[in-house]
Amino acid sequence: MRLKTIVAVLGVGAVVACAPVQSGGPSDTGTDEKTGQLRVWLFDEVNRGPKEAVVKEAISEFQGRHSGVTVDVQYIQVSSRAERFKAAFSDPKSAPDVAEFGNTDLAGYVSAGGFSELDLSKWDESKDLVPTVLDTAKVDGKTYGVPWFVGVRALYYRTDVFTELGLKPPTTLDEIAPLARQIRQRKPELIGISAGGKYLFAALPFIWANGGDIAKQDGGKFTATIDSAEARAGVAKYTELIKDDICPPATCAGNGGDASVEAFRAGKAAMTIGGDFNRKSVDASSAAGKYGVVPLPGKTPGSVAPAFAGGNLLGVMKGTQRKTLANEFTQLLASKKYQQKMYAAMGNLPTFSDVQKQVSDSDKFLEPFTKTLQSGTKFVPVTPAWAKIEAQTVVPTMIQEVVTGAKNVETATADAAKTMNAAFAS
Amino acid sequence: MTAKGQGRTAFAYLAPALLVLGGLLAYPIYQLVLISLYDYGQEQVSGGAPLHFLGLGNYQKLLGDQQFWGVLGQTVAFAAVCVVGTLLVGAFLAILATRVRTWVRMTLFLAALGAWSTPAVAGSTIWLFLFDANFGFVNEVLGIQGFSWTFDKWTAFGLVAAQVIWCSFPFVMVTLYAGIKAIPGEVLEAAALDGASAFRTAWSVTLPLLRPIILVVTIQSIIWDFKVFTQIYVMTNGGGIAGRNLVLNVYAYQQAFAASEYGLGAAIGVVMTVLLLAITMFYLRALRRSGEVL
Repeated sequence: MRLKTIVAVLGVGAVVACAPVQSGGPSDTGTDEKTGQLRVWLFDEVNRGPKEAVVKEAISEFQGRHSGVTVDVQYIQVSSRAERFKAAFSDPKSAPDVAEFGNTDLAGYVSAGGFSELDLSKWDESKDLVPTVLDTAKVDGKTYGVPWFVGVRALYYRTDVFTELGLKPPTTLDEIAPLARQIRQRKPELIGISAGGKYLFAALPFIWANGGDIAKQDGGKFTATIDSAEARAGVAKYTELIKDDICPPATCAGNGGDASVEAFRAGKAAMTIGGDFNRKSVDASSAAGKYGVVPLPGKTPGSVAPAFAGGNLLGVMKGTQRKTLANEFTQLLASKKYQQKMYAAMGNLPTFSDVQKQVSDSDKFLEPFTKTLQSGTKFVPVTPAWAKIEAQTVVPTMIQEVVTGAKNVETATADAAKTMNAAFAS
Repeated sequence: MTAKGQGRTAFAYLAPALLVLGGLLAYPIYQLVLISLYDYGQEQVSGGAPLHFLGLGNYQKLLGDQQFWGVLGQTVAFAAVCVVGTLLVGAFLAILATRVRTWVRMTLFLAALGAWSTPAVAGSTIWLFLFDANFGFVNEVLGIQGFSWTFDKWTAFGLVAAQVIWCSFPFVMVTLYAGIKAIPGEVLEAAALDGASAFRTAWSVTLPLLRPIILVVTIQSIIWDFKVFTQIYVMTNGGGIAGRNLVLNVYAYQQAFAASEYGLGAAIGVVMTVLLLAITMFYLRALRRSGEVL
């Protein structure tokens, strides 16, 4: 009996007195060594060779400029990046000095205290960065990364099918559904437009083009606007595509971006929304040589629906002991020269407006994408809560609820707004 | 030796095992409970934000969430189907194994061991291939190309349940087979001499003798099937269309761990542990009441 009491008291005491473990976390070390090893994390790619070659070139240039400095590059998997970065933030000793990361991850990483603010004012080339793209590297007006490349999506369509049926690519957003329906009616073996229930970045332009947005920011606080009339109109327009007469839910409701493009690659879809980065894979498919790309049209003829500005940034970790070197390496790898090389090697769209123009002048394929970029892109809410909303698959669930008929647009968007607001508030 | 001295000696012998158990079981559970009382996200882990004690806040949030109750009900029903299915299939095949010729039994065991030893991710993926809407073997045979098994809530659950049963029946089968084989021949002979029918022998002799084993495999199955994660995660692509195939573990992963809400995730973990303990206790008590000596 006495033993039990003691154990109980100890147990309660332990719960009250102790707290879960917290690491010291990354902090400004204050040291700024000018020699030694600079550690860099870049993302691994399916076909990494060309990327690695360009990076090696940059490293040898960098090491030539700084004696006593070596650069060690580690290629990390995109799929396990969250764990890797979380571990790096928790244990600064295992962290790199410079890292590549996705711009949608930025807000979460910054609030975890992982990346340090960058001062780009002394870097001449930085004034040519496309402003809306540079915005994707900012949190609360402070810059934490340099956009290394950008990815936007546009409308892929099958030229052979369109010619055969005597059709023209859509000129407004509202034309897409009737057009896709007509194609499926006349060629029932084809999906009118391959849209996916989990394809967030295809759905967002529909919401934005209708004047809606996911959320709005007021004095640092986000509020969901996905249930506004404009956003609802966009959601209705997008979910209209995932119906039996265009893209049957049984096939399309579970699809994300890759699976949506896959249907187009397999020759099973007359249209899809794909990125500039999908080009190589489409060219290596049964749709090769039989497709064209136009910007995803907006509400009025000639306009472009605002696209999501995806892409990767290069940033300097907060816990680095070689701040100056890390900054210099970041600026070198993200420079015009190396972005151009990266474009040649990997097809990555550059983030400088002049370099963008150069590459699209020499490669007509890029025109719809650069045109989309220049007519203004948009972004997801820049707050750590967004990572949470994405992990909880709030928007895909909302779309799927509508396409399966589980909820109507009003209820689904209202519920999504509620979940989002809870995430914004936490 | 006095009783006290005996107790001390016994404790000394048990100490190493207790130490290991304490380290592997008590400490993680202590941490789990502790974390569940805090607002513990990535910012807190990496030291970017101060810790905030919530008390039962995470539990309040969880129990107030409608989706949690829906998922919980779904999990219980899904686990129940899987447990019953596993036991039935396992028991049937175990009995079959005692009645057939050696080479048939060997084949049966080899096939079962194959299913048993297939890693969950690989097994789930192979099942997905088999049931693929366009290129799957099953649809080819049934002549229903284009039919998606994973789209509809019930066919998706059914498919996953079949996979879970497929990979967990071998344990039940092997254990029950060993149990049946361990029943002394004299007992069965005595029953036969007393003129008991086959059914009567099975019901009044074999089954009671197998009870302890059935008890173990049932509890094991309940715990396994309640905690199923891989099959649902892989086969329904993270919880099905609009999350309608979520079970508790996948829900915890999606809502809490992937979203870096470790406090909430820990709370779900605690609730699951308590639930499983409660189910097991209830089951044990029910058995004890029915006269079983445990």
